[in-house]
Amino acid sequence: MALLPHIASGTPVAHHAPWPRFIVSEAAWNAVGLALGRGEGDLLSLWAENDAVHMAVRGLGETPAVASLPVVADAFPSIGRRHAPAIRLERAACDLFGLSASYAPDTRRWLDHDQWGVRAPLGRGTPAPLGDPVDYEFRTVTGDGLHQIPVGPVHAGIIEPGHFRFTANGETVARLEARLGYVHKGIDRLAGESDIATAARIVARASGDSTVAASFAFARAVEAALGVEVPIRARVLRGVMAELERIANHFGDIGAICNDAAFTLLHAYCGILRERVLAACDHAFGHRLMMDCVVPGGVARDIDSDGANAIVRMLDEVAPQFDEIVRYYDDTPSLLERTRTTGFVSLELVRRFAAGGHVGRASGRNFDTRRDLAYPPYEGIAFEVPSLEAGDVDARVWVRIHEVRASIKLLRAWLAALPEGPIAAAVLPRAELREGVAMVEAFRGDFLVWLRVAGERIERCHVRDASWFQWPLLEAAIEGNIVADFPLCNKSFNCSYSGHDI
Amino acid sequence: MRTLLLKSLFAAPVTIERPSPDQAALEEVGRALEQRARRLFGRSITIREVDAGSCNGCELEIHALNNAVYDVERFGIKFAASPRHADVLLVTGPVTKNMKIALERTYAAAPDPKWVVAVGDCAAGCGVFEGSYAVVGAVENVVPVDLHIRGCPPKPIDLLRGLIALMEKAVGRQGFP
Repeated sequence: MALLPHIASGTPVAHHAPWPRFIVSEAAWNAVGLALGRGEGDLLSLWAENDAVHMAVRGLGETPAVASLPVVADAFPSIGRRHAPAIRLERAACDLFGLSASYAPDTRRWLDHDQWGVRAPLGRGTPAPLGDPVDYEFRTVTGDGLHQIPVGPVHAGIIEPGHFRFTANGETVARLEARLGYVHKGIDRLAGESDIATAARIVARASGDSTVAASFAFARAVEAALGVEVPIRARVLRGVMAELERIANHFGDIGAICNDAAFTLLHAYCGILRERVLAACDHAFGHRLMMDCVVPGGVARDIDSDGANAIVRMLDEVAPQFDEIVRYYDDTPSLLERTRTTGFVSLELVRRFAAGGHVGRASGRNFDTRRDLAYPPYEGIAFEVPSLEAGDVDARVWVRIHEVRASIKLLRAWLAALPEGPIAAAVLPRAELREGVAMVEAFRGDFLVWLRVAGERIERCHVRDASWFQWPLLEAAIEGNIVADFPLCNKSFNCSYSGHDI
Repeated sequence: MRTLLLKSLFAAPVTIERPSPDQAALEEVGRALEQRARRLFGRSITIREVDAGSCNGCELEIHALNNAVYDVERFGIKFAASPRHADVLLVTGPVTKNMKIALERTYAAAPDPKWVVAVGDCAAGCGVFEGSYAVVGAVENVVPVDLHIRGCPPKPIDLLRGLIALMEKAVGRQGFP
């Protein structure tokens, strides 16, 4: 009942930190896949290179580890056939590197929409003719009285692009299938041919709403690889930025969920709260979204007492207003009628997909990277990680509400006693190849970065947003609900398109 | 609920004053107007936002235009769900290759006379994603652009100043509200 013994049977790879990496046999690779399928651990990510595929996993109660399998004749045994959460990651890896996953249950291209003019851009890069983007085979759904509603990639709101294919029976959704990849920008490739500072700026733009978390994860991966010790003041400032980003996004999302239930009043109030947070971020860190403020080695921007005070004043202002908004949310039966029992996701599913953030925690998967794979400044401090059981839109709202309150407490504690000292340590290149991996808790869940550093350059970089394991669950959440509740379900997840399409 | 409504009624507005139009934007719109005379009619503009590959940072700030602080609708600027209803396309992103056709079709679906505003550094062709196998790059590589609002992402106040400049020049509506 463990993954680590299978992985540790392989050959350890030197200079990979902080989790161990092993080059494993095909038998061990398959054994890990089978164990994942039996629910003995979580898949954290799966990615490829020209000559190998890697998967980061965490067995129940174990520390995470990376298993690497050399690719033979451009193929590797599919993990997706045993463990569904791997399917889309495998499809993406195959698109980028021109590999094939043997016995994979789904071999359709995922990120490659026949528009790049090239196949396997990170692999052999053979020229390919442009195709018709509509040429994609959706799963067939058969039955009496079914009709299809195609939506996107350009949606009705101010929102990212993606295609949703609904098959409905009257008003009720029988099946939703998403097609993503529209905003694929080639981040793995761009970051993988840049110096460390440039790669940090690219990864910071994986998903704008999680820019602090992405920079944080990238920085920690570089620091793990090169053995950089981050000064204490920088650690705390990173925490401050990460929690500000969390509450800004939760304010926006809680408002937007109410808006999608046609309760615009709370949306208007939440919009003001979000604005207040961003203005304070701008005042303190010089950027509303705090882009490029977390850098390898520490942070790029220090704050003075004026900046810290601006954040505390903002918290004093928004905290009581937020409490009032929460009261109205809880006191409005017509609103709760829309959010309760809508968009249900089972504990079994969030466990299988290791869905992070509010999606997992609203369905009873009590996991938070900050606590369970703790990293500075969260190590050794107590904070609430809300976990509910209901698994509906309402539960996802409540998880966010509790998280906002927990974040405000953390912010107050940190800002009351900011440690003095430098804000960055030198990031010195090493003679040998170094590899690092890091996972941090973004507002929507765990964000993972794996990379290999060669001197001052990033040689290979893999970025995995929490959305990879949440998008498939949205398809489950909407099943049996009415089409009109899709915006509500979608917003309660708020998966990233850009962070997923990468 | 009633107390909340009452409170809002008597509270001071949170909305900021109308900012002055951005000077560079006025000039850029003026040049576009000379090249392609197509003044917009009426006293308002309707915008269709198109994310053609952005990291969603620009979308967050465009969203903020609709909040009570910036309240873009008081200037006669509103967002529509369909390009068929749009006078202006607000396009973000380095246009990704996977979104190029969708952008072209959205542009074709908007009725003439139409304006295109490219929002953000990526849309102007100077973002971090330039040179990737997966991006076309600047919006003007795909559809004609009349105004650029730069920034990574541009702040809502910058977006507002750019849009007000567009309003003054292209709609010929000044000194409002």
